[in-house]
Amino acid sequence: MTAGGPAGGEPTVPGDAPSGAGDLGETVDARGLACPLPVIHLARAAAGAPPGARLTVLSTDPAALVDVPAWARLRGHTLLATHGWPGGATAQTVRLGGAGSVS
Amino acid sequence: MAAVIPATPAPPGAPRPAAAPAGGPDPAGPAPALPGRVLLDAAGAAPPSARARAALLAALDEGWSDPRRLHAEGRRARALLDGARESFAAVLGVRTEDVALAPSGTAALHAGVLTVARGRRRTGDGVVVGAVERAAVLHAAEHAVAVHAREGGPGGPGRVVVPVDGQGRVDGGALAEAVGRPGVALVALQHANGEVGTRQPVARAAAAARAARVPLLVDAGAALGHEAVADGWDLLAADAADWGAPGPLGVLAVRPGVRRAPVAPEDEDRWFPGGVSVPLALAAAVALEEALDAAAAQGVARRALVDRLRARVAAEVADVEVVGDPVDRLPHVLTFSCLYVDGEALVTALDAAGFAVGSGSACTSSALEPSHVLAAMGVLTHGNVRLALPVGTRAGDVERFCDVLPGLVAQVRSALGATGL
Repeated sequence: MTAGGPAGGEPTVPGDAPSGAGDLGETVDARGLACPLPVIHLARAAAGAPPGARLTVLSTDPAALVDVPAWARLRGHTLLATHGWPGGATAQTVRLGGAGSVS
Repeated sequence: MAAVIPATPAPPGAPRPAAAPAGGPDPAGPAPALPGRVLLDAAGAAPPSARARAALLAALDEGWSDPRRLHAEGRRARALLDGARESFAAVLGVRTEDVALAPSGTAALHAGVLTVARGRRRTGDGVVVGAVERAAVLHAAEHAVAVHAREGGPGGPGRVVVPVDGQGRVDGGALAEAVGRPGVALVALQHANGEVGTRQPVARAAAAARAARVPLLVDAGAALGHEAVADGWDLLAADAADWGAPGPLGVLAVRPGVRRAPVAPEDEDRWFPGGVSVPLALAAAVALEEALDAAAAQGVARRALVDRLRARVAAEVADVEVVGDPVDRLPHVLTFSCLYVDGEALVTALDAAGFAVGSGSACTSSALEPSHVLAAMGVLTHGNVRLALPVGTRAGDVERFCDVLPGLVAQVRSALGATGL
């Protein structure tokens, strides 16, 4: 798999969420992208979302497992859940912090 | 030419061997960097000093022969090799016969873990390690457990990886608890982490290991030659590349009474079959003595430079996380991570600006895992820059690094379109 775009053969839109994944909110598909792109794409989506919103990033880069929680900590967001995703990807759901967010 | 290190045992505190031949380079200080270059990546490969280089050349002349041979040339090589071991033994406070030399630091760590695990296999398969040990220790522990399963023997907890806190310090209480469980053959803990600098609770580990009668392997890599390494170990491994030796060499010191069994086929060199390069061993011994002579002054100087770097990087680079313990740390190591930055691109940009730095990021290939140390700490793995200041680092170079860094970070960030996030 190479950096720069979604993996060949993978759908470019999210597949069905596994049962029990809960409320995912808006989904950011960063599958096939190498670090730091998954976090950058997530941050772009966060910049356009209101405080308290949920965002879920799908990724295949092993660094995202560490970097998404670290980003959330640095930015005052909350990592809600991490799930496996069909096709060997990972889904990480965050709730955005900031004024008006529900804790 | 006189022997570089006397063949007879030299007591600690004896005059240092004079290695530089007359008319040679100034036998003090680090080798000069390339013109216009500033090396800030001395971990695992520090520039050899003029004295170490001279010792290597002299030892090539004197000690090129096979130290196993019985002729005069072989005996001369043997005397130099024994002199190197005596020098290491004096530094570590052990007998010469308790020091074995390895072809690399990795080999020393592998042998330290595997030979004790095999020697104590009737105790169980447990090997307790810190989560931020070198990969050589983590992999050797895994390997030891697999070998144990194949060869049979009483069970145990297998490989136990003790977590670290956000500064990279192993949880001493959890480590002590793990060591006290039945079936533990060995516990391994580094003196300090070579990537982030944080010192580990070795005294606590030593007390727990003693109470549980489990041998403690301390990885003194990154520390030996730079600061005092605490006592309390049963085995100590070190990597000569970390103190400026001109080539690879590992050192493994083992206290008498530690039960071990070889894991390699029989050889005259029981623990490291095939032996080591005599000239490299001798040059490594000279380099360590030189490093220790300078360690006190260099420790103070580089500690102040790292303090300065930590303060300026945190204050002047946007969205940066300076990691590791700011105080209880190695004198010369610093790591920080920049949000929304490709670490490899930043290393390349700094290189083009004349600065050699390391990185724990792995963004260029999705096949590579990022630094397991940063991952265990839960800090950003991308945009990572790892510094290890060599002896003689100049304050002016550190200031220039701090001057150019914010602009280069911004440049790499904007190349990814990640400005203003």
